[in-house]
Amino acid sequence: MKKNKMIERVIHGVFLILGLLTVGCVLLITIYLVISGVPAIAEIGLFDFLFGTEWASTATEPKYGILPFILTSVYGTAGAILIGVPIGFFAAVYLSKMATPKVKAFMEGAVSLLAGIPSVVYGLVGMLVLVPAVREIFDIPDGASLFSAIIVLAIMILPSIIKVSMTALEAVPKEYEDASLALGATPVETYFRVSVPAAKSGIAAAVVLGVGRAIGEAMAVMMVSGNVPNMPSLFQSVRFLTTAVASEMSYSSGLQQQALFSIALVLFLFIMLINATLNFFLKKEKD
Amino acid sequence: MSDIMTAKDLNLWYDQTQALKNVNITIPEKSITAFIGPSGCGKSTFLKTLNRMNDLIPSVRITGEVCYNGQNIYDSSVDVNELRREIGMVFQKPNPFPMSIYDNIAYGPRTHGIKSKVKLDEIVEQSLRDAAIWDEVKDRLKKNALGMSGGQQQRLCIARALAVKPKILLMDEPTSALDPISTSRIEELAIELKKSYTIVIVTHNMQQAVRISDNTAFFLLGELIEYGETEKLFSQPTDKRTEDYITGRFG
Repeated sequence: MKKNKMIERVIHGVFLILGLLTVGCVLLITIYLVISGVPAIAEIGLFDFLFGTEWASTATEPKYGILPFILTSVYGTAGAILIGVPIGFFAAVYLSKMATPKVKAFMEGAVSLLAGIPSVVYGLVGMLVLVPAVREIFDIPDGASLFSAIIVLAIMILPSIIKVSMTALEAVPKEYEDASLALGATPVETYFRVSVPAAKSGIAAAVVLGVGRAIGEAMAVMMVSGNVPNMPSLFQSVRFLTTAVASEMSYSSGLQQQALFSIALVLFLFIMLINATLNFFLKKEKD
Repeated sequence: MSDIMTAKDLNLWYDQTQALKNVNITIPEKSITAFIGPSGCGKSTFLKTLNRMNDLIPSVRITGEVCYNGQNIYDSSVDVNELRREIGMVFQKPNPFPMSIYDNIAYGPRTHGIKSKVKLDEIVEQSLRDAAIWDEVKDRLKKNALGMSGGQQQRLCIARALAVKPKILLMDEPTSALDPISTSRIEELAIELKKSYTIVIVTHNMQQAVRISDNTAFFLLGELIEYGETEKLFSQPTDKRTEDYITGRFG
């Protein structure tokens, strides 16, 4: 009896430690980012750092304005959402409500596969197929641009949007749909006027999750966006918050390196904000 | 009273299992017809063949005819959405949409193309009055319908069904999830409604059938055993199985 209790306690302790390890990692990263990110902001000045339009970290008179990166990340994400959400949403409605079981099984498998493709592969395909195509179609000198990045991001966020929306739509009680059909509404009317409104918090959560994925993506966008710190414009080479950190870290030093940490801190704050929004919608869905 | 619906040699299968066997019945207009019988006897299944709600189950196969106003509703030329608009349904579990009371009632008319606010207001009020719930909800039409009691929700569902102006109202054990007071309110409402509508009600409760219905049909194992005036069926059943059931020997 006593021995059993002892074992229970030990196991409880081990699991607690494992759980705390995760919390510890998050805490460590947060603290580390704040400590290493704040000094550069203090030196450059918060306003000049966030709203400076020029980034020239290796010039003789270096400039550390990250507004181009912030705007690129915001525009890139917004563009990806604009394209990805309608496609993902309608695909989710189709798969959860209309598709025959065979079609659904096949397409769900394809969506899962899309989710599992490493981002470097997206970048590679984007670089070899999309970038030249954009150059040809729009007749611009270089296809590596914000536009190409938006297309790649839109595809990359599809799986999260489709899957989370589907889960929400499938959780809508069948009674609601029966009631609508019994009133003479067609199936399509029923899906869009009853099922979708009933699943709206879940669908909103799907969109926010997509935002999170898009803003945090680095590898694929680096490969298709040209990676030049311009103020964003659709058909120009641009640099994102994520890629700003990744592309200079290997050779940076001093204030430049500290400024990269500051960029990471800004990105981190964005992600925190998105996560809070996501939790808000998920909680609402549960009620 | 003329007949509004007729089933002829109706058979229904779920995959290989036959759930309805050669059902023949005529339902008179502006009256209450009750379907009784033990669980699994096919009474709810039969009710759902009357507005083709069984179409939603992929494995269902149906032979025979159901005629509404002389037209076979299983004919390929029939618009099933139009049909369900004429033959409304109230379900076993109250199932208001997760939206306001007003929007619940306005859902049907809006779906059928009515946009005018004045017209919708009028329909909402009239439907809620007809379902005897107007006085309870008139001050909170914009509140979510899910905040109402079960009995109120069920009367709201009746009002929602009335809002599309059906000819027939099918009720699938509408009081089985309700308390006795709510139940008697729905029963009173059904009696009031039969002045303007034809009501077909499935019930587990034989007293309910006696209290409200004009005609009763007794189902057993997918067969229609006996059908006739309620009073006669309960006082002088002609079939031994009906007698056994209504005297409580099984079921």
